[in-house]
Amino acid sequence: MLHQLSWKVGGQQGEGIESTGEIFSTAMNRLGYHLYGYRHFSSRIKGGHTNNKINVRTSTVHTIPDDLDILVAFDQETIEVNYKELTTEGVILADAKFKPEKPEDCQAELYVVPFTEIATELGTSLMKNMVAIGATAALMNLNDEVFQSVVNEIFGRKGEAVVQKNMEAIAKGHEMMDELLKDQVGKFELEPGDGKHRLFMIGNEAIALGALAAGSRLMSAYPITPASEIMEYLIKKLPKFGGTVIQTEDEIAAATMAIGANYGGARAFTASAGPGLSLMMEALGLAGMTETPLVVVDTQRGGPSTGLPTKQEQSDLMAMLYGTHGEIPKVVIAPSTGEEAFYDTIQAFNIADELQLPVIVLSDLQLSLGKQTVEPFDYSKITINRGKLNMDELPEIEDKQYFKRYAVTEDGISTRVVPGQKYGIHHVTGVEHNEEGKPSEAAGNRKTQMDKRFRKLQHVHFDTPVFTDAPNEEAEVLLVGFGSTKGALEEIRPMLDAEGVKTNHAHIRLIHPFPVEEMKSLIDHAKKVIVVENNATGQLANVIKLNMGHHDKIVNLTKYDGTPFLPMELFGRVKELLTNGNI
Amino acid sequence: MVTFKDFRNTVKPNWCPGCGDFSVQAAIQRAAANLEIVPHELAVVSGIGCSGRLSGYINSYGLHGIHGRALPIAQGLKMANRDLNVIATGGDGDGFAIGMGHTIHSIRRNIDITYVVMDNQIYGLTKGQTSPRSAAGFVTKSTPGGAIEPSLKPLEVALSSGATFVAQSFSTDLKELTAIIEAGMRHKGFSFINVFSPCVTYNKINTYDWFKENITKLSSIEGYDSTNRAEAMKTVMEHEGLVTGIIYQNEDEPSYQEKIIGYNEEPLNKADIMIKEEELNELMKEFI
Repeated sequence: MLHQLSWKVGGQQGEGIESTGEIFSTAMNRLGYHLYGYRHFSSRIKGGHTNNKINVRTSTVHTIPDDLDILVAFDQETIEVNYKELTTEGVILADAKFKPEKPEDCQAELYVVPFTEIATELGTSLMKNMVAIGATAALMNLNDEVFQSVVNEIFGRKGEAVVQKNMEAIAKGHEMMDELLKDQVGKFELEPGDGKHRLFMIGNEAIALGALAAGSRLMSAYPITPASEIMEYLIKKLPKFGGTVIQTEDEIAAATMAIGANYGGARAFTASAGPGLSLMMEALGLAGMTETPLVVVDTQRGGPSTGLPTKQEQSDLMAMLYGTHGEIPKVVIAPSTGEEAFYDTIQAFNIADELQLPVIVLSDLQLSLGKQTVEPFDYSKITINRGKLNMDELPEIEDKQYFKRYAVTEDGISTRVVPGQKYGIHHVTGVEHNEEGKPSEAAGNRKTQMDKRFRKLQHVHFDTPVFTDAPNEEAEVLLVGFGSTKGALEEIRPMLDAEGVKTNHAHIRLIHPFPVEEMKSLIDHAKKVIVVENNATGQLANVIKLNMGHHDKIVNLTKYDGTPFLPMELFGRVKELLTNGNI
Repeated sequence: MVTFKDFRNTVKPNWCPGCGDFSVQAAIQRAAANLEIVPHELAVVSGIGCSGRLSGYINSYGLHGIHGRALPIAQGLKMANRDLNVIATGGDGDGFAIGMGHTIHSIRRNIDITYVVMDNQIYGLTKGQTSPRSAAGFVTKSTPGGAIEPSLKPLEVALSSGATFVAQSFSTDLKELTAIIEAGMRHKGFSFINVFSPCVTYNKINTYDWFKENITKLSSIEGYDSTNRAEAMKTVMEHEGLVTGIIYQNEDEPSYQEKIIGYNEEPLNKADIMIKEEELNELMKEFI
């Protein structure tokens, strides 16, 4: 029996490919397997090839694999585009309807199954995906009942008869496939899952839940790929918590509205992708200058300009670290898994409140849209810390005197009060200002206030700024990354180990201010530092050099073709660097 | 008893002597006092430009933001605290050039705030360039041969954008202006108030005298019905936009916040935001 299975379904966009993957993977999740799914899609509504690849495993997984065991094809294009991923033992389950053909150099077995025909006989061709799931069940030696609860939930409201029909479609597909497979039945049978109930969700849902758990009751946002799921999830949930989502006219309004709400004392945020973040740059400066907490999620996608809107990239890093004119203190956090996306989003809100500055949660398309099993969130780990926000009664001050909202303090953080509070009146402006918030261009005041604002960065309290897995005291290679590349890095380390290459792994979660302390010893005790990232110019590598030096040790390993790093591919590239890279 | 003096602070405005903005500031202070709002229950959010400084000259909470973005900031503030009185202010460049998108969508959205535009038909703080409100042919530093583009018509834009409150006034008419701002603040929804606020330094055409000669007061039009949008539009067009008074008001339309299903009656900023364990468990169930 196997420990891992790679399954993919493909067809034309808009013909139920997504729901096929959804039903299959939800059932697998309920059996207690670990899953990681990644969708290939285009920026169009109907038509165009789409596929959904799902990694099913008996242990933790944070990536899709390079190869493929089972390919479910609803059109010839799916076979053409994907057959090269199939292992020699792989199987194609193809709908007889399109008269599938196997490419000459394809060594996988092709099974032609009348998906559409069986579905039509049962009442509607729409059920062809259920027939395909039944066929998959035969290959995996699964009992059809594992799909019952999922089918109930999806079709229950349409009545018992529809549920029955869909289960029948699964059974028929299973039967038909049993006949075709003969002694190959159960070829891809997996070791049983552990039966534990994990959450199967995309990163954007983890971020949205994190925001909700952090007490955000207002989100202002403008739709964009790959961030929209955050606002879509929250508009369904926030009304139950007394809050709402406002879809604004543009991203400038989204960011400035969130600033207004935070100024008012609520926890508000926005989320977007590269083009939206470009529009928000001036607002980030306002939040920095007026010391207004602001959380902004950037789900990176392929840039520049419209770039590759539905593809993976990590090329916004520099813009997020240094974007906005002038200089402001800012915190940039980059989660790498669903769990981190949830907890780090909560941390982002706390840091924004504690330090009164903008915090960027830097996600990427693979993390935001990749669907993965996540351990249930631990309620006891949720804390809300609003820092020096004081919404109690304030001590009386003389009439016409302003509250010292920007009082110069040792840690740079001043007491924050909000409009509506008696004795709290002060001014807020993007112009350089004095302790009361009144404009002041005096040289001395300018320096004092700049220093005060930047002092705050010495007080960032972030749990686990660097994820480290460093079993080797002296490593030949330190692998470094951020965001969703973590999964591929985790996969290649045992492979490198098997080849005698001792590696350590550091995945940076708090990118700014850079965790120099945490990284120092790891870099010192590595011969080479290979920085793996989805961009062309090696942005993270440059950030590390800027903060740590070690230019001679640091090697770039980049990918910017719009696709995520796959483990075998990455393994090959690391080996290539080690043998031929003059490093 | 609150008086307009309570809304005075110790900051000396940097406006030119004779600037119309002084009166707009005075009218806002008087309107707030007349409505018996205490200074800490008022927040003024302004944009950038001469008019943008206004939020710093009133003894109330004030935010001086970025160019063209006073409205989204003010709306966010009102969303966070629905009990707060929120006024957004700015100039014609702020509201009708760089921030025009927000102006139209704020009008459509109808969040319960008051927007006062100080319309001087010129860019003053940058020392005299054309504005979207400058008339065609208007000669400025950026239009030495005279403005080629026609002047924007804010009242017509507001009326056609679904406004529930549209008014216009003239800065010298402190009594009418105060009454209009008061009415706007009482209005349950977005109130749009355009104020002719002459620039004495850079606009030698649209002067105090020019406005006095050309303005028609709606109160002088017999039987004018401010609840009739078609009549409002017709009147505005017939007078080339040079009318003052409450042009249109729809009191039946609920404000944005009243329409949100499930939205807190209490201000959001006072809500208990700690999620309950059973609530989190309920949310997580959907993903299993």
